[in-house]
Amino acid sequence: MNISRNIAIGAMLSGVFTIAALVSFVWIPYDIEALSIAERMRTPSLAHPLGTDHFGRDILSMIMMGARTSIAVAFVAVGIGMGFGVPLGLAAAAKRGSLMDELIGRGNDLVFAFPSLLIAILITATFGPSALNAIIAIGIFNIPVFARLTRGAALSLWKRDFILAARVAGKGSAHISVEHILPNLSNLLIVQGTIQFSLAILAEAALSYVGLGAQPPTASWGRMLADSQTMISLAPHLALFPGMAIVLTVLGLNLLGDGLRDFFDPRLRNAEK
Amino acid sequence: MLRFAILRLVSLGLSLVVASIVIFTLIEIIPGDPAAFMLGLNAQADTIAVLRAELGLDASPLERYFGWVTGMLTGDFGTSYTYRTPVSEMIGERLWISLPLALIALGLSTLIAFPVGILAASRRGSLVDTVVMGFTQLGVAIPNFWFAMLMVLVFSINLRWFSAGGFPGWDEGLFACLKALTLPAISLALPQASILARVMRSALVDTLDEDFMRTARAKGLTRKQAIRHHALRNAMIPVLTIIGLQFSFLLAGAIIIENVFFLPGLGRLIFQAISQRDLIVVESVVMLLVFAVILVNFAVDITYALVDPRLRRPS
Repeated sequence: MNISRNIAIGAMLSGVFTIAALVSFVWIPYDIEALSIAERMRTPSLAHPLGTDHFGRDILSMIMMGARTSIAVAFVAVGIGMGFGVPLGLAAAAKRGSLMDELIGRGNDLVFAFPSLLIAILITATFGPSALNAIIAIGIFNIPVFARLTRGAALSLWKRDFILAARVAGKGSAHISVEHILPNLSNLLIVQGTIQFSLAILAEAALSYVGLGAQPPTASWGRMLADSQTMISLAPHLALFPGMAIVLTVLGLNLLGDGLRDFFDPRLRNAEK
Repeated sequence: MLRFAILRLVSLGLSLVVASIVIFTLIEIIPGDPAAFMLGLNAQADTIAVLRAELGLDASPLERYFGWVTGMLTGDFGTSYTYRTPVSEMIGERLWISLPLALIALGLSTLIAFPVGILAASRRGSLVDTVVMGFTQLGVAIPNFWFAMLMVLVFSINLRWFSAGGFPGWDEGLFACLKALTLPAISLALPQASILARVMRSALVDTLDEDFMRTARAKGLTRKQAIRHHALRNAMIPVLTIIGLQFSFLLAGAIIIENVFFLPGLGRLIFQAISQRDLIVVESVVMLLVFAVILVNFAVDITYALVDPRLRRPS
């Protein structure tokens, strides 16, 4: 596999949807809250490149708005995972073998033991379905991912000479973690972040599909698919385009993640996670 | 080995205790009184109070938690608020759809992934490898429920080979039931098979570079024999881990897929129970699924300690 090809295709695919999401803030082809029964379930045409849905809403516009939802949810969810997971991992590595390290480790194991989607369903069912609760549910499961990754990588860094030098210079472990360990983890975190981002998009789509994600009128790819299901024999294009949007975004992010990993660390070229 | 097993068993027990507390607390927070919900808008306060007492809702949370846990330990999952039938019976019925579905999907996923992963690894860098890995890359990116919808579109609506959903019940014969589970199982299995094939490939590729592989070839084994007898066993650790993890994905995935195909399994039961505030059903089903997942992870840990003696030492 060619490294730069992965990065190029991945960046292009995820770039297209990021741009679509950004453009949707200033312009979308049609207002998605305006219903037009006369225009409903149109197949793709010049006026509506991806057709219209059962309320006559323009699918392209809805996919652009949906990109915004997906990306926002994934961004914040991965942010939660990194924001809590990385400090926990750094702390556990700095105080290796301590009670805190043990507690953080067991906590990670516990969250991992839960089937994530099931607990996400439980959380959104408890606190009511909304994009915010979907974010929290997905974010919680990102915390142990980053905590474990950070701890593992930080542990091996702590054995290096330059850390010893920093300790000799009299720096405390918190100082060293932030100033010397963290910068050396950035590549690893970027790669894992990309992968978690794509998983978060899939999770958001699944939650929205079962009605536990973003609520109307917020557009969401998962809910577009749920809405299209009963009409799939009449208007297959309703089910086709939102699904393709999910697949292409996730594919793009995965390729980008793989490509970046190879780019940062050529030794890992054959090791796929 | 015994020490390892006991340590793992203790942590299994701890996980279950914490899991039950988390689930119970979450369910406690769910707004809405089940008794008030069951009696409707015009219910009198005293009727609600009577029903609350009857359902055991007037006890303190701590009492109810212990009642729930001890009940489950003896196989008594309580009585559904909505249907007034034992929850264990409801779960029993539904389990015979969800469990076969998850197991068939797991089997399919493994059956597809092993040959594909081995093929790609043994022809690393070739056109076959690139094409096959390209497909798995796509498979990983496809949401299983969307794939399920596409399958319905092709095989049910256009070709009319399968019905688009529903389940005939096991009384209607094994064939009819397996037929109803075919599309759901395939939609669940394919994305998982893609992940597993990628893991299989990379694990094999790693072992193919090991010295013992060169030794095996040097002593006269063919490439095929060397892979079959030496590389595969050594590549099994990551593969087993992923298979274990996949079981939990498949159980949770089954919840979503059951919705696509209107299968009356545990997933449908959970959603129904949530909308009807049948909290005792929700907490018991979730606990059961979590228990299954924790148990499988335990089994995987034990299995790879058996496969690889190096892992028996505590880390």
